[in-house]
Amino acid sequence: MFDFSIVTSWIDNLLKGWMPSWAATTVECVLIGVGLLLAYALLALFYIYFERKVCAAFQCRLGPNRVGPWGVLQSFADMFKILIKELITLNHIDKFLFALAPYLVIIASMMSFAVLPWGKGLQIIDFNIGIFFLIAVSSIGVLGILLAGWSSNNKFTLIGALRSGAQMVSYELSIGLSVLTMVAFAGTMSVTGIVEAQKEGWFIFTGHIPALIAFVIYLIAGTAETNRGPFDLPEAESELTAGYHTEYSGIHFGFFYLAEYLNLFIVSGVASLLFFGGWMPLHISGWEGFNMVMDWIPSVVWFIGKAIVISFIIIWFKWTFPRLRIDQLLALEWKYLLPINLVNLVLMVIVIIYGLHF
Amino acid sequence: MPYEAFKDNEYIEQLVEELRASGTNVIVGTFDKLINWGRSNSIWPLTFATSCCGIEFVSLGAARFDMARFGWEVARASPRQADFMMVAGTIVNRMVPVFRRLYDQLAEPKYVIACGSCAISGGPFRKSYHVAKGIEEIVPVDVFVPGCPPRPEAMIYGIMQLSRKIKVERFFGGVNRQENREEYLKSHPVEEQN
Amino acid sequence: MANIQDKIAKLFPEATFEEGEFLLINIPDEKLHSLCETLRDDEELSFDYLVTIVGMDWKESLGCVYYLTSTKTNAHISIKVSTTDRENPALTSVADLWKIACILEREVYDFFGIVFVGNPDMRRLFLNIDWKGFPLRKDYDTNPELNPVSIENERQTDDTYVYTRDEKGNLVKNVSKVFEEGDFVVNIGPQHPATHGVLRFRTAVDGETIKKIDVYMGYIHRGVEKLCENLTYPQTLHYMDRLDYFSAHNYHHGLCMCIEKAAGIEVSRRVQVIRVLMDELSRIASHCLFIGTYCMDLGATTMLFYTLRVREQILDIMEKTCGARMTFNYSTIGGVMQDLHPDFVKDVKALLAVIPANIKEYNKVFTGNIIAKNRMEGVGVLSREDAISYGVTGPSGRASGWACDIRKTDPYSIYSELDFEEVTATEGDSMARFKCRLAEIEQSAHIIEQLIDNIPEGEIQAKVPKVLRLPAGHWFQLMEGCRGVFGVYIESDGGTSPYRLKIAPPCLNLAAVVDHITRGDKIADLITIGGSLDYIVPDMDR
Repeated sequence: MFDFSIVTSWIDNLLKGWMPSWAATTVECVLIGVGLLLAYALLALFYIYFERKVCAAFQCRLGPNRVGPWGVLQSFADMFKILIKELITLNHIDKFLFALAPYLVIIASMMSFAVLPWGKGLQIIDFNIGIFFLIAVSSIGVLGILLAGWSSNNKFTLIGALRSGAQMVSYELSIGLSVLTMVAFAGTMSVTGIVEAQKEGWFIFTGHIPALIAFVIYLIAGTAETNRGPFDLPEAESELTAGYHTEYSGIHFGFFYLAEYLNLFIVSGVASLLFFGGWMPLHISGWEGFNMVMDWIPSVVWFIGKAIVISFIIIWFKWTFPRLRIDQLLALEWKYLLPINLVNLVLMVIVIIYGLHF
Repeated sequence: MPYEAFKDNEYIEQLVEELRASGTNVIVGTFDKLINWGRSNSIWPLTFATSCCGIEFVSLGAARFDMARFGWEVARASPRQADFMMVAGTIVNRMVPVFRRLYDQLAEPKYVIACGSCAISGGPFRKSYHVAKGIEEIVPVDVFVPGCPPRPEAMIYGIMQLSRKIKVERFFGGVNRQENREEYLKSHPVEEQN
Repeated sequence: MANIQDKIAKLFPEATFEEGEFLLINIPDEKLHSLCETLRDDEELSFDYLVTIVGMDWKESLGCVYYLTSTKTNAHISIKVSTTDRENPALTSVADLWKIACILEREVYDFFGIVFVGNPDMRRLFLNIDWKGFPLRKDYDTNPELNPVSIENERQTDDTYVYTRDEKGNLVKNVSKVFEEGDFVVNIGPQHPATHGVLRFRTAVDGETIKKIDVYMGYIHRGVEKLCENLTYPQTLHYMDRLDYFSAHNYHHGLCMCIEKAAGIEVSRRVQVIRVLMDELSRIASHCLFIGTYCMDLGATTMLFYTLRVREQILDIMEKTCGARMTFNYSTIGGVMQDLHPDFVKDVKALLAVIPANIKEYNKVFTGNIIAKNRMEGVGVLSREDAISYGVTGPSGRASGWACDIRKTDPYSIYSELDFEEVTATEGDSMARFKCRLAEIEQSAHIIEQLIDNIPEGEIQAKVPKVLRLPAGHWFQLMEGCRGVFGVYIESDGGTSPYRLKIAPPCLNLAAVVDHITRGDKIADLITIGGSLDYIVPDMDR
């Protein structure tokens, strides 16, 4: 399997040969930043196109097919338009917070990108509490949504923001606990450590029942965290027009729009990291030939492919289920998911202690 | 539809002629093309319907006519995020201020399609005491789509004409220049009120 | 009929009677309330369903005609009350007897300026607060400069008025408030994805819980009733298409029946069969769209596309015969516009073949879903008593256990010969309303099945005079639209156009009941309930 750290360390050495180490670090940071932004934008545009096509397929339609071959340039056209659309300045709002909110949302999702294991050796920062960092930064997003709703000085956005606050805070618990279950199983919080631990088999197989329960809960809570249907109450179109971002136009709205899809990617990325081995190829012990073939597929493809498959499931939810009501949403979390999760954690501990896993 | 028939629109042809006559800078022209490509291919409607035509607009989104092919299916419920307003249905006196406000809330560039005879002229209700006689009195209209209600095909044709119209707009040096208050007042003198 | 008359004559010696289509009781205003109370509460009579209040301007006097129906015996009766005071006309309110009367009286006030003493909420209904004049009065000044189209926001106020009489019998105007001080009022509508058009709910909320809803209408009030007064009878027909555009055939049929009844025109059996076929096809198309939009309101967008497939198929059939997709303008006085398309029978059979599979699919995708069940079951429960008091008819009323299908209670056209079941439920919640409509699709399909192979040959247009004049008099016709009981009242003075044409739409009642059944529920439930009632805004505003 190709190790991307060869490339990165080669660039590092090259730059250090040319310039002092502080300058090299700065240049590296800039390069990474540009790469990140590029990946970010391309992924978001791909996801918008992907969702539109998938939803069209569910609804017996064709979906975008006029702009570019098979309509692939549709989301690019949308982005061009959104970029130059008017930013409406409103009276009677908290202007600073209003402008800050979309950036908070986008920064939160961007920072989460830093610890995702894109490929073997292809990770921006790799430190021993990687998964903890990810959970911490991804929860900044809710702050942006709350600010957006509050600063717009609009009743719909306020209701949307409060719904979102209640929802995110509740479902963060489930995400945290199901991640904790898997961290306990892996025995490390380091992202590389978790991936390496799945060399012999993905956690969803080796961890069997508790891992499966954790995965299902993670999927439900992850859908809720990204504000997607059937948990899209903060922006429930038929109830609150556009929810917390009703008053945003132009690129500010574009940020919310992009962040929604990026969060979808992050949630599915983390799911693939915790349950499906991150970039680790599918290995079946004993089948050497099969494992060799699997190893030929680049690790980046493995990671992104897994993430897309999981996103597909989440998109499938959205276009199938009706929306929950706010009290049902909270009841689902506090009455069902949380107790199950706690029991599952205990179950996982038992599995680990007695070595009942594969 | 044959391409020639699609191009059969004197008004837009005339507009194109005028624009070509004035000539454009190469760089600016290229940027203009890029921007217009984005704008004309991504026109998001506002979910707005008052009566019968609105139902045909729903049909337009459904599988038979599938406006998603052209990228028009992203119907936004908030006017701030929409590009054009399909005025589908009668606008009555009480609705006029609300309608005007919705138009004002649309972010630039914004377009209006008057869809159906009610929106165009008041239609069968023209003689009523409580119906606006055409939305042109209230907001500027880009495309008129006649019919009562227009068939979804007619609506597709109408939006395609709007798309063509956007394609020949000019972003740089055109109307998209922000005017400050003095400039505006100079070009739009307000009569002194005694 | 005669014993009712005797009974009332005994209790109210001042009442006079006119025999006609229904018994008409003339009663002075002072006795109106006690007469209505007797009619409603008497065990034998129990005229507990107020169909409509027709405001009238007879030039020398203003007044109202009340149409009542008994839910026990399905008998009809009407009451006429009038006042000669054109400056400050006032009548007694019956809003405490029927809850729907509150809205119906507001409508009469809006159009004729008749004040109802005792009505708790005497505001204008469709027109602005500052509207000058009362448009349906015969002396209304139509000069557009009096009431110009303005882009300024209309004046808003929380004030409402209650009229009472003091000891001397003079009118006293009392001001009260719609909302309490400090209520958090959210404006849902007029431009909102879930109000199905331009309806406005001013919603006082406590957190997410609804305290009170003030329904604000008139954003699509087009003055159809006034327009009809200046048109000939065949011309009035085409407005029916644009009221409830899903029941276009049904409304057309209703008005045609009323005019045919008045003019004494017999239509052939072929026409009757064609009309019934079209009505039932419309009903299926309408209910399909209901299921789709309702599911979309609840967040399950995909269902809309599945239901629209069936609707498109029906529209194809209609288009072949009528030439249009929505506003068909198919029934004429004494017949139908064109003969059926040669493919009609084949197409309808193809449609009937796919309906059961589609209903199965809807149930699989949506009805059985646990989230859908949680959202709909027990939400917005409407009891049978309230359904009658509010006059909530159609599938919504039947879901509350009130058998109010005009096709059964007052069979018109050929419905008495057909075999179909009236779908009722007892729960009265959103789920019951949803399921009633699903079941009605099956029943409509069953009706079509019986007729499609037995379309008789015959004339498609009866002989009708070129210039149609109705004799002086008045007629009232009820029929079953897709959303409930549609009533049409025609008063003629012998001319070529109606002296007064009143449309009693089902959707006005459906909107009026929203406040009652949403109280204490969540904002999300307002969407569920509003969607399940399935009102069409142009129909209620007219």
